[in-house]
Amino acid sequence: MTKVPVQMTVNGEERAEFVDSGTTLLRFLRDKIGDLTPKAGCLQGTCGTCTVVVDGEPRLACITLAEDCRGGTVETVAGLSADGKLHPLQQALLDHFAAQCGFCTPGMLMAAKALLDANPHPDRADVEDALSGNICRCTGYEPIIRAVLSVSRSHARRGTPERGAV
Amino acid sequence: MTLAYQSFNDPQAASRFLAERQEARLLGGGTILVRRVNEGDISIGTYVRLLAPELKQIDVTDDMVRLGAGVTMSRIAKTPGLAFLAPVAKSIGGPAVRSAATVGGNLFARSPYGDFGVALLALDAVVSIASPEGFGEFDLETFFKSRTQLAAASIVTAVRFPRPMPDDFRFVKISRVKPNGAAVLSIAAVVSTTEGRVSAARVALGAMAGTPVRAHSLEEALKGAALTPHEIERIVASAVADTSPSSDAIASEWYRKAVLPVHLRRLLSS
Amino acid sequence: MEIRKSYFADERRDDLKEIGQSRQRSDTAGHVRGITPFYADRHVPALLHLRMVRSPHHHARILRIDTSAAERHPGVKRIITAKDVPHNVYTVLNLINIGPEDEPVLAFDKVRWLGEPVVAIVADSERGAYEAAALVRVDYEELPAVFDVEEALRPGAPLVNEYHGQNYYRYDSGASRKVKLGDVEAGFRKADHILEERYDSSPMEHAPTETTGCIVVPDQNNRLTCYTGTQAIFFTLDNASIILDIPGQRLHFIGGTAGGGFGGKVDCTVEPITLLAAMLTGRPVAFIYNRYEEMQISSARAAERIYIKDGLTKDGRIVARQVRCYVDSGAYSRHSPYGAQKAAAHFPGPYSIPNVEIDCYCVYTNRTPSSSMRGFGVTIADFALEVQMDKLARIIGMDPLEFRFINAYRDGDMKAHRQLTEGAALIECMQEASIWANWPVESRFLKMSSREKRG
Repeated sequence: MTKVPVQMTVNGEERAEFVDSGTTLLRFLRDKIGDLTPKAGCLQGTCGTCTVVVDGEPRLACITLAEDCRGGTVETVAGLSADGKLHPLQQALLDHFAAQCGFCTPGMLMAAKALLDANPHPDRADVEDALSGNICRCTGYEPIIRAVLSVSRSHARRGTPERGAV
Repeated sequence: MTLAYQSFNDPQAASRFLAERQEARLLGGGTILVRRVNEGDISIGTYVRLLAPELKQIDVTDDMVRLGAGVTMSRIAKTPGLAFLAPVAKSIGGPAVRSAATVGGNLFARSPYGDFGVALLALDAVVSIASPEGFGEFDLETFFKSRTQLAAASIVTAVRFPRPMPDDFRFVKISRVKPNGAAVLSIAAVVSTTEGRVSAARVALGAMAGTPVRAHSLEEALKGAALTPHEIERIVASAVADTSPSSDAIASEWYRKAVLPVHLRRLLSS
Repeated sequence: MEIRKSYFADERRDDLKEIGQSRQRSDTAGHVRGITPFYADRHVPALLHLRMVRSPHHHARILRIDTSAAERHPGVKRIITAKDVPHNVYTVLNLINIGPEDEPVLAFDKVRWLGEPVVAIVADSERGAYEAAALVRVDYEELPAVFDVEEALRPGAPLVNEYHGQNYYRYDSGASRKVKLGDVEAGFRKADHILEERYDSSPMEHAPTETTGCIVVPDQNNRLTCYTGTQAIFFTLDNASIILDIPGQRLHFIGGTAGGGFGGKVDCTVEPITLLAAMLTGRPVAFIYNRYEEMQISSARAAERIYIKDGLTKDGRIVARQVRCYVDSGAYSRHSPYGAQKAAAHFPGPYSIPNVEIDCYCVYTNRTPSSSMRGFGVTIADFALEVQMDKLARIIGMDPLEFRFINAYRDGDMKAHRQLTEGAALIECMQEASIWANWPVESRFLKMSSREKRG
């Protein structure tokens, strides 16, 4: 058994674990860290339910190796709400009825977060592109797009937040 | 039984390792390789990671562009000097795929994927390859023709191509799923005109054969032509001759052949 | 959202408190926090992984199964074949007396569709299970296969399922579910136009984002806890109890939360074998379909072939409708005999037709067994019926919406399956649709009512 040490920051916390070589980031997060928010929908890198943010970029955890994320910063849905308060994206999805079965929701949230962190005022085409790697079989996408746009509009109204504050 | 992970700084050392170990494979973004392992491909036993810094390098001069094989689509889309390639890079899957998908990896993607390779083919790119014997350079067309015979130990380290004039490069990717769905077909073209007539033309097609292919018959027909609607209409029909598309879940062979002239016409008229 | 309270106002109390109000779903808060517990969202120490060896042939006799090399593979804890399954041949609808039992949990004498489960591998890692699966040797003798519903019904077609003895489900009414009203041949003779059309649909995959699967954890008090994504929890528990030949109270099913179901997670294909694996190893076991299995192996909506022959008068009345519908059940029954029956009850559609003849067949072929999906038995029938209605209207140059007004059923009309129509509202729906879609119809249609007998 080749066990290797892997250390990275997950949702602001330094984490270090020994894993089998070749372990995917998805399995690392779910099995080792105990973070069940990223999902295993296809294991092919095609459905987006495993989307997390690594060093500011959206990544598919199911086809990313944990060993390749050493020293990196990983964000998942588990780190979105602070002090029990929902992140504006979470609140927006709630308000816009943008989840039915809920399985695609974590991936959608992290894809949207990666977008808003890089571009606080995306337009519709930006939002569609940001979510283009995430499959939803229930909602027809429209409520999710509207939810993300509502956060974009509230950023525009209130002024761009500090990077990392949202 | 369990997976192993080996990293190398030197392309030749990595190449020798790949030659010695049948179960070892070079890892790029993981979109092809890790997927296969996830799906139960037990022939893959070792991931090989090449850390050589030149793989992540982007060099843009006035007349040349060099891209390391490990450069990702998302980096290309953000590089100021490569604005003409941004539409191509942005068409390679959604943002999370683009964060991982590499220049080198895209050259090995199976049709109907591999659209960045289509653009490189039209750009007359040359690919650098490391093998146990040493280094070699091949034009991309030769690379694609011999891709399946290429030794498993061959490693693409970089591509380079002459920087096109700003308005000469054109690209379109036709998908049914919008945005960023897999290609029905893609077309990349570098067309230079002098006094209204085509002085040079290279056209590459994606999803129209087993690999990206050059549309040589079309290029012949374009030589010296005036790009008027009448001329374009006459010329585009010749493109189908160089194609052998497959039928897959995205589109049928018949459909791809039927719409290729239409999309060529629109691209050349724009 | 508006509610049209003017329609049927005298039949209804006007004290609605919930309908018409915006109400949040009870599960969305969990979804957006990522804490909704899907079946795989749990930490199970010492978990074993099940992978299935499946038939590579559409139709074949099994000559020999050799698991010896697989059994020696490191990490393999148990290999399960048909002889290990207490009650191997079952059918899900046996719970409501729709037999015969016609589907093995694990194949033993033959395989009837490409992908049919043959050998279950239980190992301490997914990778180990895939490796061991590749070491299983099964010798097959290929048999001729049939993939088309009408070819399957022709004399001399390969017999797909011996538990039925012929390539159709035998209803008490015979080879088809039958509905008969009046005399269609007499109706056709009275008609000014005859339209005969054939409609075909392909199997349709549900493709949920979450794949089918379950995790079984043996409990300390001789019970087994099964975390499953099934849409049919008690139904699956009861079938598992029959297949494993153990009392239902030893089973504890937790679930009912599916990451997309759409009717595709009701076939009991993963729970019984995983429960058995947990019983035989004494360890927790997970069986989670990979994406290939979800798309190709899990059931899809049945392909259907529908022939509709109509007799039409020049003033737009359908006087006779004859329907022959073939539902492609694939190799096994599952829910298709029920689906074909629903289709028979659903034809000829919400229209008053005095002469009707319906025959719905549930046909066996060597295709992936089909099953329920979003209105199965009805959805595809409606596609065929409504395209047919448009074609009929075109024959006599009538507006397709007006054509439907003329034929719409009303309260008191006798339906083809001998039930009087009551509570009809098709006319009112079409009146609203006409306004909202800006598809004008003659004013006499806007004055019609479901509660008035045809003039």
